[in-house]
Amino acid sequence: MKLGVLFSGGKDSVYACRLAMERDRVSCLITLISESPESYMFHTPNIRCTGLQAQALDIPRLAWPTRGVKEAELEDLRDAIAAAEREYGIQGIVTGAIESVYQAARVQRICRDAGLWCFNPLWQADQLDHLRRICQEGYRTIISGVYAYPFDSSWLGAEINEERILALERLQERYQVNPSGEGGELETLVLDGPIFKKRIEVIRAEKIYANYSGRYVIQEAKLADK
Amino acid sequence: MWIRSGYEYGELVKEECEGAAMKGGEGRACGDNRKGGEIVLLDLACEKDHLSRYEFVHPVRQTLQRAGCNCRVMHYTDFRIDDAEGCGVILCGTALMDNGYAENLSAFSWLADFPGPALGICAGMQVIAAVYGGGIVSQPAIGLERIEILEPSPLLGEPRAIEGYMLHNYAASLPEGFSLLAGCAGAAQAFRHKSRPIYGIIFHPEVRNRWILEGFACRLAHNRQGPSDETDLCNESSQ
Repeated sequence: MKLGVLFSGGKDSVYACRLAMERDRVSCLITLISESPESYMFHTPNIRCTGLQAQALDIPRLAWPTRGVKEAELEDLRDAIAAAEREYGIQGIVTGAIESVYQAARVQRICRDAGLWCFNPLWQADQLDHLRRICQEGYRTIISGVYAYPFDSSWLGAEINEERILALERLQERYQVNPSGEGGELETLVLDGPIFKKRIEVIRAEKIYANYSGRYVIQEAKLADK
Repeated sequence: MWIRSGYEYGELVKEECEGAAMKGGEGRACGDNRKGGEIVLLDLACEKDHLSRYEFVHPVRQTLQRAGCNCRVMHYTDFRIDDAEGCGVILCGTALMDNGYAENLSAFSWLADFPGPALGICAGMQVIAAVYGGGIVSQPAIGLERIEILEPSPLLGEPRAIEGYMLHNYAASLPEGFSLLAGCAGAAQAFRHKSRPIYGIIFHPEVRNRWILEGFACRLAHNRQGPSDETDLCNESSQ
């Protein structure tokens, strides 16, 4: 089946893409570029890196603008999916949704209306198991945004490894933080992994942080051979 | 670099029974029921190893394994009734576009003679209804909906309202010999066989209602009682 992956460049959409590639063909990555940092549906930090990631994965990317306004952005998503269907002949959509019924139900409705399959291969996955699996398989993932207490600036740009996962586990126990960031506590960017044909090298980046909210803004990055 | 095909979430699941979070009995462990009471999870997808198994089979398996239950996943076309001797069976849901199961109902004729506990989720409920003479009816629903439980049952507990995640284009009408637990006879949200431990629910218990799966697993094994004094699912067959 030819599939389009809703792609933010974070660990969940990359890993959903990896699962979809087991038996099906990922014909394109679909990225909504939100003009609003408060987007309800679409991940925003470093979203522009998805072009580089698409090159690294050697999968075409369809970038679609959205105003990032609640509900209106769903119409933008509907248009983006329709464009992917026209351009790449996709028969289904893949998302990296884990827990969010809000996101999953809306994408399901759009797919139903368009006569497309909808797959959520990370659905209800245990968040710590999911993080560990990503690391064990060799994906290099960094924290690109933090949005909740008690994350300090040391998290920005940090690579997710076993030490960080243990720290997230402790934060889950103590503060009920979702370790995978399902509650919007943190966002990630994948730089390399088994499905990447090239890796992404960050050349220059800046941390912007205040009051438990911050972004790791990549100003310059390039593709590098593996 | 390696990519393993058929990645299994269950590999990382802790083996200890961490306690079935049952409604009305939060956190009660169902004990070590790995000595028996295995559950066969039937994947109802239109193809074996379909991408949808991660969404409709693996979350059910993860929940049951965490409740201390042994699970075996099989595609419904490979299943024979002997495979489930002494076991319970859960017929899992499918992707919204996947109605292949409804075109292959003869593959489920074993259900008419199945003596053990069985639970049909969404597509699985439709299959149970069809095998027992009910119908598969058009009734699309996506998202969280209020479910009024109409009568007490070992699976869903006492009458009350709960919220369940719906993801279907079709529902099931109530077959003869079944009691309506939720919804209406034309489009049941939950039903049970009147004399055998066979249940159907149209919503997905792996989303926000894992206690239903945990209860199914707990009561299944060695006639263990769940947190309430309800009838054990396994004993119902002798009633």
